Amino acid sequence: MKRCLLLALLISWSAYATIDAYEFDDYDEEQRFRVLIDELRCPKCQNQNIADSNAGLAKDIKDRAYRLINEGKSNAEITDYMVERYGDFITYRPPLKPSTWFLWFGPFALTLLAAAILLFMKLKAKPAEPAKVDADKHKQVEDLLNKLED
Amino acid sequence: MSKAKLILYSLPLLAFLVLGYFFLKALNSDPSLLPSTRIDQKIPAFTLPALANAQRMLSEQDVKGPLLLNVWATWCPSCKVEHPVLNELAKNGIRIVGLNYKDVREAALKYLEYNGNPYQYSIYDEAGDLGLDLGVYGAPETYLVDAEGVIRYRHVGVVTPDNWRELLWPKWQEMGGKGP
Repeated sequence: MKRCLLLALLISWSAYATIDAYEFDDYDEEQRFRVLIDELRCPKCQNQNIADSNAGLAKDIKDRAYRLINEGKSNAEITDYMVERYGDFITYRPPLKPSTWFLWFGPFALTLLAAAILLFMKLKAKPAEPAKVDADKHKQVEDLLNKLED
Repeated sequence: MSKAKLILYSLPLLAFLVLGYFFLKALNSDPSLLPSTRIDQKIPAFTLPALANAQRMLSEQDVKGPLLLNVWATWCPSCKVEHPVLNELAKNGIRIVGLNYKDVREAALKYLEYNGNPYQYSIYDEAGDLGLDLGVYGAPETYLVDAEGVIRYRHVGVVTPDNWRELLWPKWQEMGGKGP
């Protein structure tokens, strides 16, 4: 157990190891910086955010983001600034626009569609009708049952 | 078979075709190629020293074409591959400006001395500032810049005789570039 805890500590340290080079006077700004570098994707080493990446380009983008935060820019402004240079690829939050409608609304649309199909099938299904047995057979069965009871 | 059933039963096939289309498309596309956001925009403003002369300051005014703006560095192996191609283009009158990207000046100068210098001049972008403003995400990259200093095209990766002939040369002519 102790070993697990120690391991967990090590892991959480390394995740933020790259932030140490950036010093902030203000705690809020530091938090903002952390959120920002978590949400910016590295264009060079795809599928890593710039917080996690050791690529030279990730460091350049972090440096620029750091400078912009110190200039008093908001996170939204800095994200726009980076999108202007590297395109939508750089943000892990895709913007809402016609080409991303499917991405944003697709899952909901599919869920609705599935629900509609299920509902439709449920409404259409008729309760099973009792099996038809002609009178002779019916009598035969009843006779047999009576015999069993006797 | 009723019409409703026909539609219902053809849904999986339809889904398969749609997915197949996208998978097939993805198979032939390179996800590491990013479109440039700077197409049809002016070269961003900058003030950086020339590689060969630290006292000489260059700005966006010095990048008016038609020219090729080639992002290169001595740490970039692919740049070495395309270097002879650039030498050949320069020899044939294509104007090439270098953007020496995140490099060491002495090493870069030695490299040009050894491999030949196809660049009219190189911008020395030690910190990668102009690179970031251009949206450079790796070297080599080659930008086609027209007479007004507007970026017309970005090529990511090595310039080869083949892709020069088939891809870049038509675009070069389109923006008024002359050459062989």
